[in-house]
Amino acid sequence: MKSAPYLAQSNSVRRVMLTVVAALLPALTVATWFFGIAVWVQVGQAVLACLLFEAAMLRLRGLPLAPFLTDGSAVLTGMLIGVCFPPLGAWWLVWVGSFFAIVVAKQLYGGLGHNVFNPAMVAFAVGIVSFPAQMAGGATVYAPLSNLEQLALIFSHTLPADLGWDALSSATPLNAVKVALSAEVPLPLALFSAGVSGVPNSLVGLAVAYLLGGGVLLWRRVVTWHGPVALILTLSTLASVGWLLSPARFAPPLFHLLTGSVMLGAWFIATDPVTGCTTPRGKLWFGAGVGVLIWAIRSFGSLPDGVAFAVLTLNMMAPLIDRHTQPPVFGRKKKASP
Amino acid sequence: MSTLGVALALMAGLAVLLGAGLGFASVIFRVEGDPLADKIDALLPQTQCGQCGYPGCRPYANAIASGQADINQCPPGGEDGIRKLADLLGVEPKPFAEGAPQPQAKTVALIEEADCIGCTLCIQACPVDAILGASKQMHTILTRECTGCALCIAPCPVDCIRMVPPPVTPDTWKPRYPVIPLVMK
Amino acid sequence: MTSLFRFHGGVHPPEHKAESNATPIRPAPVPPLLHIALGQSVGNAAQPCVSVGDTVPAGACLGRAEGRISVAVHAPVAGVVRAIAPHPFAHPSGLSVPTLTLEPNGSTATVDPQPLAWQSADPRSVLAHLRDQGVVGLGGAVFPTHLKLGGTGLDTLVVNGAECEPYLTCDDRLMRERAQDIVTGILIAAGLTHARRILVGIEDNKPEALAAMQHAASGSGIDVVAIPTLYPSGGAKQLIRILTGIEVPAGTRSSDLGVQCFNVATLYTLAQALHQGLPVTRRIVTLTGAVAEPGNVEALIGSPIGWLLNTAHAGYCTEYGVIVGGPMMGFTLPDLNAGLTKACNGLIAKSPTLFPPRPPALPCIRCGDCARVCPAELQPMDLFWLAKARQFDRAQAQHLFDCIECGACSYVCPSQIPLVDYYRFAKGELWAADRDKKAADRARQRHLFREHRQARDKAEKAARFAAARPAAVPLASAGGSAEQPPTPTSSDAAKQAAIAAAMARAAAKTTPPSAASAAVEPPPIPSPDEAKRAAIAAAMARAAAKTAPPSAVPAAVEPPPIPSPDEAKRAAIAAAMARAAAKTAAAAVASPPESPTP
Repeated sequence: MKSAPYLAQSNSVRRVMLTVVAALLPALTVATWFFGIAVWVQVGQAVLACLLFEAAMLRLRGLPLAPFLTDGSAVLTGMLIGVCFPPLGAWWLVWVGSFFAIVVAKQLYGGLGHNVFNPAMVAFAVGIVSFPAQMAGGATVYAPLSNLEQLALIFSHTLPADLGWDALSSATPLNAVKVALSAEVPLPLALFSAGVSGVPNSLVGLAVAYLLGGGVLLWRRVVTWHGPVALILTLSTLASVGWLLSPARFAPPLFHLLTGSVMLGAWFIATDPVTGCTTPRGKLWFGAGVGVLIWAIRSFGSLPDGVAFAVLTLNMMAPLIDRHTQPPVFGRKKKASP
Repeated sequence: MSTLGVALALMAGLAVLLGAGLGFASVIFRVEGDPLADKIDALLPQTQCGQCGYPGCRPYANAIASGQADINQCPPGGEDGIRKLADLLGVEPKPFAEGAPQPQAKTVALIEEADCIGCTLCIQACPVDAILGASKQMHTILTRECTGCALCIAPCPVDCIRMVPPPVTPDTWKPRYPVIPLVMK
Repeated sequence: MTSLFRFHGGVHPPEHKAESNATPIRPAPVPPLLHIALGQSVGNAAQPCVSVGDTVPAGACLGRAEGRISVAVHAPVAGVVRAIAPHPFAHPSGLSVPTLTLEPNGSTATVDPQPLAWQSADPRSVLAHLRDQGVVGLGGAVFPTHLKLGGTGLDTLVVNGAECEPYLTCDDRLMRERAQDIVTGILIAAGLTHARRILVGIEDNKPEALAAMQHAASGSGIDVVAIPTLYPSGGAKQLIRILTGIEVPAGTRSSDLGVQCFNVATLYTLAQALHQGLPVTRRIVTLTGAVAEPGNVEALIGSPIGWLLNTAHAGYCTEYGVIVGGPMMGFTLPDLNAGLTKACNGLIAKSPTLFPPRPPALPCIRCGDCARVCPAELQPMDLFWLAKARQFDRAQAQHLFDCIECGACSYVCPSQIPLVDYYRFAKGELWAADRDKKAADRARQRHLFREHRQARDKAEKAARFAAARPAAVPLASAGGSAEQPPTPTSSDAAKQAAIAAAMARAAAKTTPPSAASAAVEPPPIPSPDEAKRAAIAAAMARAAAKTAPPSAVPAAVEPPPIPSPDEAKRAAIAAAMARAAAKTAAAAVASPPESPTP
């Protein structure tokens, strides 16, 4: 080392990224339990695609491959794409998503640390806007497919002979709500009465697994509590108010928290340091903004889920929020301490 | 008729009132000199070198303020100076003209004291009185005050003045821009 | 027991104090040469008061304080002044500063100590005494101590025994071994500042020092407090915060808030200066790192640093460089010949095992770890971006100058970015811009004054001419405005002779020395012939000047009619620039060094 400090903690970007990857493992395990090997196929594909695109872009930009391919950021982006894309979606979906995540959202903006938008959410948004049918189809699979049948479905779009497409297209709870909303009929209350607020066990399990991962991130000090807590509190407050006012029009709070990718978004997406806020108060505002937008998109928008668009919108506002939430500097606090 | 009278009286009264207000304002908020030229002058490096074609920084500032001169004629101010002037005047920065004097690293004059004949010509040329000496006495440069305009070089009959990089002390030393390798060698 | 406060952030780097704090302070040997920089404090360098060749006794004053912010420097041992010249300085730039080189002569001659009864003396004379004994802050800032003791009515006197830098143990050993003297110094400082409360902060990783200080301070009203070990609790602002809860903003003097902070080593030398009458000529230095016998030595100010470090190691231990100060805030010494200064509290011999090279840096991922540990509560990642983008004014608006360069941010950075380097760079650029701005303001003033003076001279001259010849020569006033005093052309010969001589000298200088030796001769006698001719010409010129009708003088050199002074000036400048251009072109042609200029 040439200049002080001559000491440095043996921390690295790789360690930070791999910690997040490790925190995703409980959710992956739960997802595998419920959905089968398809989840791993999608995750594996996405990670591979991200690494390949990253390598190609680094080569094009004339940057060394080794430090950036091994920093774990592309792996993490691939993992996130893998878990938020439909497990039984066609194989090329994640490749398209990974292309937009790595090439467009990350490398064209300057690579690691320079991207404005969360790459995984860009991938998801591109998918849901460009291929809404494929992204919705098989989002939750209740049909018992064997591993081989899942692979056949993903890679050659073929179903077992005895199974019709209808068996697969059972709507997600969020979709059911959206259908009811757009038809301007009261929400199917039966949906909320069974189980935990009517959410399938698989989704409850996933949400709990993400929460567990969030706990790991908090414990390893990779994230702070501000963003997730603000997001969850805002979303549940808004949902509670709406539900109390009009139970036939708005879904209950627990339903909001457990469905879709709220827990994933709260702990793994909205906490992304590169595209989020860095000041403590800014993180609170960021989380709260995402929470408001998720509820608004779900309740009034045309899409079933709004995590991706909420996060992308707040990504744009992050620098502005940071600018207005600068914490006071040592000795310059308004109230003289002691 | 009365409506017209009222309207006329109202308008006339307003005119008188506002006119008086303007008149008072022009007296109370009177600005001595040219504030724009002052602001421009504050951005110029004050080398008084004349490389802009004007006999000093203030005349150049006046010329910019009155639109006679462009903002890219001050080499000692460098690109940074052009940028600041462009910011102040709300115009686009532009590079130095082809063939015109280009910015160079700051230097200060140094008199080879053994060769000085004490002719005082350089003293008369120095725009900031940064040369100390008397007739037939050795001259020397007050390095702290020298602006590096090089106007003393030409008059010297014995070529005993050189432009040298300004001396660096631990107090004026600047740390360099950190360069970090991407790959460990 | 006082209640403690905490400051934001902080880190726990590995301490490495056990290596050097086990053995007592040993006296360092006397080096063959001492390089005592005249600037041993913040502010002006001392003005040397001895000459080269002088023999001085130990403790003799070598340089007096110059100006308000300055202190005297003294001879640590008796010896002979060998040089007063620039010598490499213990500074990251490695630049040379005026330094006094003293060669010890082994004599035991010593200046009589001059103790001062500070209780009865006039406070001003006490402060002058401290200045003349060279007492400065030994924690590393080397601010003249007498300037900090000036005020009265202090609320709290904070004594800094935290020593939070890893590796360094000089204050630890000093407190263990000389607690009584430190307490004496504390009481003197408290007496001079009329402090109502005295708090000594010592990190709890130094239990022996804590016990020794508590023992020495028992019954004196001094509160010796153990503070949690957390880097950088030894920063003055941080320690004041921990002990009193007061946050001193950057750019504010702590005394304005009723607090003053002194290092234990400073107070030790304060007691020495007033009680024993001994000037500051040595200090305790931790020698550690890749040395065989790490420990603390009491070394003479001016000892060559490389030499000093090698006394702790049989053989050469400085091949990987030396850190002056601690590993968090010190710097690599560019030249090992630099003399020990009063600011050097530790010398660490580097080695690749102790200080492995930092892994290559990756881009910032804005993880915020740096903001979490920043004791100044800044947003280091933002400052890094701004410094990198050279947006210095914005960095300044984001309180860049509140950064104390403690290095905690660089220490925790997962991207391994040397963040502090960027802050130092940005600060250096901002300081330079500030200096340039001040220089420009000065230049503007001097230029305006010059114009004013020229106008005044011109007016006076015109008035004189007008008074002398009211009607005879109406042109006189115009002639008087010519830039150069008119001289009869014939007198130019004398000047030309002198110029020719000077040019010959200049030419001789550029020719090889062997050839030049004959040509280089003192100006009065270039050659008898030329001198005679010049003298004759001069005499003729004088005669001509006397006999010439006065009116002819201005007329003879009358410049062509001057349309406006501005334009004349512009023409003159254009001419000067043309000449300069011609000259540089000629120089470019004649640039090969072997071709002598005509």
